[in-house]
Amino acid sequence: MLRFIIRRVIVIIPMLLIVVSLTWTLVRLAPGSFYTGEKKLAPAVEKNLREKYGLDKPWYVQYGKVLKNIARFDFGNSLKYEGQSVNQILLRALPVSATLGITAYLIALLVGITMGALAALKPNSWLDYASMTLAMLGISIPNFVLGPLLVLLFSLTLFWFPPALWNGFPSKSLVLPALTLSAIYIAYIARLTRSGMLEVMRSDYIRTARAKGLSETQVVTRHALRGGLLPVVSFSGPALAFLITGTVVVERIFALPGLGNYFINACFNRDEPLIIGIVAFIAISVLVFNLLVDISYAFIDPRIRY
Amino acid sequence: MSTENGNLLSVRDLCVVFKTEDGTVKAVDGISFEVKRGETLGIVGESGSGKTVANLSLLRLIPEPPGKIESGFIEFGGRDLLKLSQTEIRGLRGKRIAMIFQDPMTSLNPFMRVSKQLMEVTQLHLGHTKQQARAHAIKMLEQVGIPDAHERVDSYPHEFSGGMRQRVMIAMALSCQPELLIADEPTTALDVTIQAQILELIKHLKSETGASVILITHDLGVVAGMTDRVVVMYAGKLFEEAPTRELFERTANPYTKGLLRSVPDPTSEHETLYQIPGQPPDLAHLPPGCPFAPRCERAEEICRREFPPFVELTMSHRSLCHFANEIYAETKSAA
Repeated sequence: MLRFIIRRVIVIIPMLLIVVSLTWTLVRLAPGSFYTGEKKLAPAVEKNLREKYGLDKPWYVQYGKVLKNIARFDFGNSLKYEGQSVNQILLRALPVSATLGITAYLIALLVGITMGALAALKPNSWLDYASMTLAMLGISIPNFVLGPLLVLLFSLTLFWFPPALWNGFPSKSLVLPALTLSAIYIAYIARLTRSGMLEVMRSDYIRTARAKGLSETQVVTRHALRGGLLPVVSFSGPALAFLITGTVVVERIFALPGLGNYFINACFNRDEPLIIGIVAFIAISVLVFNLLVDISYAFIDPRIRY
Repeated sequence: MSTENGNLLSVRDLCVVFKTEDGTVKAVDGISFEVKRGETLGIVGESGSGKTVANLSLLRLIPEPPGKIESGFIEFGGRDLLKLSQTEIRGLRGKRIAMIFQDPMTSLNPFMRVSKQLMEVTQLHLGHTKQQARAHAIKMLEQVGIPDAHERVDSYPHEFSGGMRQRVMIAMALSCQPELLIADEPTTALDVTIQAQILELIKHLKSETGASVILITHDLGVVAGMTDRVVVMYAGKLFEEAPTRELFERTANPYTKGLLRSVPDPTSEHETLYQIPGQPPDLAHLPPGCPFAPRCERAEEICRREFPPFVELTMSHRSLCHFANEIYAETKSAA
């Protein structure tokens, strides 16, 4: 087990290197620069700027500097938010995104598993069709449509929730963004739970559990859920990683100061250190969460040993 | 507890249907049989003959839908099991009637320690505390011959071999000292040497507890060594019922005769192994008349036209065949 973990942690390094290199190349290939604006700068000013930020040096020196920074987990200063380091921005924005992401995921787990399990216990019943129709809607409606619709209904018509505000957790302002964000995850989890549970409920050991005289509730909670939810666990790793590290669209719709919003701004501003910082952070999160999922398998299924 | 005539279980005209895309299929069609106290009844038949469905129906364990117990009585301990509420039938399952299944590899929950799976039964039915249930679980594992039971009790199913897992299943089934043990092909998935051990174990535990056993199998060798009486099933119908010895010596049914002939005989070197020609019928499209007629060596015109009668040859020997009496007479002269 320990050897497995060490091996997987070591693999993170080359993966991160690839992601960062690709990102850096793309940023450099894109036309324009962080100092490009409406007005054309005087050549002397531009030269000074390039010197100040080391852009006059050959590309391998600049690339080497980026790698050096990452190795020390110090991404340097933002080019746009003056006087702020990328790390400061990450630390400020991460709690916002993480709060939103975790809330959305908890909602998705609760609603999704309930819907999926109910559907699986009574396959082809109206309950099954209703929850699978909802799941289909959840997958089909993009969040940039769902978000504004919710705002229109609950903020601008019923005045129940603010259309755009951040008050942390728990607060009324969290409700709409979390709902918008969770919709597609509810749908995925419901479908995963349904198919996982349907398969397990047909298995021989469930028949054994029934033959013991256990009630249907006991059969499901004690014997079926564990095996039936394995697909949800494997889905949870990458899903949580992406949710916590910020969601571009939802944070934009509700104007939340999270990582996703900063990422968009960074891209518009060609804020190279911030872009690379956020991308590296997301990459590490995805890799780490996948590792966590693989480790948790060993605890859920005793047959799995690393 | 037992009914007056010494029957522990008495099944009358049991019909179980499954709804499929092909229409409604009668998996079990009007079968009747009894199990006496302390007796071992063998149920024999090819795959798909309805033997498993019939026995799952005893505990109302067939998946509904698509399955449905359409009619019949299942009398156990003076009550009709088909009329019990869900709670009442659950109280019987695992306590007074227990089951062992065919494949011990998949019949135990792979995510749960064996100890927990064993303790669950006695905690539920005997009101054991955790400590009591654990002690009982270890005792049961010792009884079924698992070495180092107090250590192995906390293992997971995958840490046991197939034979050992079937022993665990047996320990689980016998935890509450059931009056009836239904063993559904308990040795089919096991090696031949392990088969003998498991059968011997069932026999031994049965003699100790005095439980009745229903042994479902397609292996006539197993039937010969284990059972007091045999029921032969084909196409969801009961084809013959007789004391084991009589069935082997004087069968009165062409299907049973075919089954007996297809047992390999190690003393004859040259003969190729006999097999009953044809395939079991499609239950959704049964021919009129006798369902075995298309494969039967003796079939005559009447067999294809009329459903055969259930002929009572002696008090304990019945056969579903137009020519039961004739075959019975022939086998007598042969014997």
